[in-house]
Amino acid sequence: MSRQDTRHIMLTVSAALLPGLALQALLLDPVGVTLNVLTAGAVAIATDRLCLAARSRTSGREFLPDGLAVTGSDASALVTGLILAAALPPGAIVPVALATVTALALGKHAYGGLGNNVFNPAMVGYAVVLVSMPLAVGGWPVVGTATDALTGATVLTTFKYRESATVEGIWTEADGFGALAGAGYEWVALAYGLGAAFLFFRGLAAWRPAVGVMAALIAASLLGYDNGSSASLGSPIYHLFAGGLLLAVGFVVTDPVTHPGGQRAQWIFGLCVGVLIFCIRAWGNYPDGIAFAVLLGNALTPYLDRRFPVARHA
Amino acid sequence: MAELAFILIGALLVNNFVLAQFLGLCPFIGASGQYDTAAAMGLATTFVLTLAAASSWIIHQFVLLPLDLTYLRIIAFIVVIAGTVQLTELYLKSTSPLLHQVLGIYLPLITSNCAVLGVTLLALQQSLTFVETLVFAVGAALGFTLVMVLFAAIRERLMHARIPAPFAGAPITLITAGILSLAFMGFAGFGS
Repeated sequence: MSRQDTRHIMLTVSAALLPGLALQALLLDPVGVTLNVLTAGAVAIATDRLCLAARSRTSGREFLPDGLAVTGSDASALVTGLILAAALPPGAIVPVALATVTALALGKHAYGGLGNNVFNPAMVGYAVVLVSMPLAVGGWPVVGTATDALTGATVLTTFKYRESATVEGIWTEADGFGALAGAGYEWVALAYGLGAAFLFFRGLAAWRPAVGVMAALIAASLLGYDNGSSASLGSPIYHLFAGGLLLAVGFVVTDPVTHPGGQRAQWIFGLCVGVLIFCIRAWGNYPDGIAFAVLLGNALTPYLDRRFPVARHA
Repeated sequence: MAELAFILIGALLVNNFVLAQFLGLCPFIGASGQYDTAAAMGLATTFVLTLAAASSWIIHQFVLLPLDLTYLRIIAFIVVIAGTVQLTELYLKSTSPLLHQVLGIYLPLITSNCAVLGVTLLALQQSLTFVETLVFAVGAALGFTLVMVLFAAIRERLMHARIPAPFAGAPITLITAGILSLAFMGFAGFGS
């Protein structure tokens, strides 16, 4: 695959992220989301350029994909930046900038750039800010109030620290949630899901890891579901729409570099990530474990590729 | 039963000896360059760890405690571990000379693997029963083996990556170990 193709694909992926980002801006916080996108985009492109310049200086041009140092980025940095802009709370520009720099410098270029990285760069950046500044990335705008006035706990955090409220209670009380009727987080999640569906339809992303994650999450939450009592671990719909799950399913676990190549390995990868997301949500300290689950899945990928190599056609 | 499961998961993932408690880093970095060596190292350590934890518990309970010699426990445990390693080495040398050769210096180095001594001392500190100690040791050993195998597969993949010169070798290995440790932080809170 030539660099031009990569650039084209990455721009298409960025475009597929736009409906979700636009809806996120419209429904949650127009100023904050715009700031996030601008910060992440600018920092991503600047970091990418700087790292490429440094690499061509230390490693010599022959180590770079042909001409990359001259013509610049293949736009994958933009995708990483946009994912982080969407995954972090609107207006949290310091975490967004830190996550973007970490993602590209440490997660991608230290490994030799796109195609050589072991871990998904965006999730490296996200996990680093999540453990370094948990408070700064914990507050999301409350839907239905004046914009940039109030931030509150996400539905996942409310769920985590519920005392005796039933799941249905939290579900309908949480602003921006409930039965897909009210405009809110569910619509945003759905928009990311549709963007991802477009990528699958165009054959630009492997669907097996994504379906695997959702299947494992649905199965695990059905096993732990008891019709919504206070001890319940959450219904399948709750797990699919809460947090950044559809964003991650569409744009993170589908990262072709960091998921296995073989079909069987892709299923195993997806199922593992799905089960891990459920376990961390249900029993871990962090309200949402997508970043950790994806990184663990990435860590498993070289082993899976080794164990179930891609069948080569003669 | 649930208690034992918690101990197992705790030692295996949540408080993984390598990635959460940073014990046993020397073999983790030193013997993870090749997949087969790493897997063999994991298995050998599993064997030594379990046997050493069990015999240490017995010696502590029936020798050191009655004689009021618990202050000698570190020395006693080191001797037990060294003995177990010697046993493993003799066994491997006679049954699988090839594996013995592959493991080379790393086999005797299990003696100084701080994860092994760590398991025996931590089991004592938490006053675990004999069965609990065994489960704890098996969990720790499986956690060590899991991390070794995953890390070795990653490192074999890194050999084909175009790592920039300043990061090639030890730096990228340590960065990868750090990100892996970050990923394991997701298990924090399980069983509490």
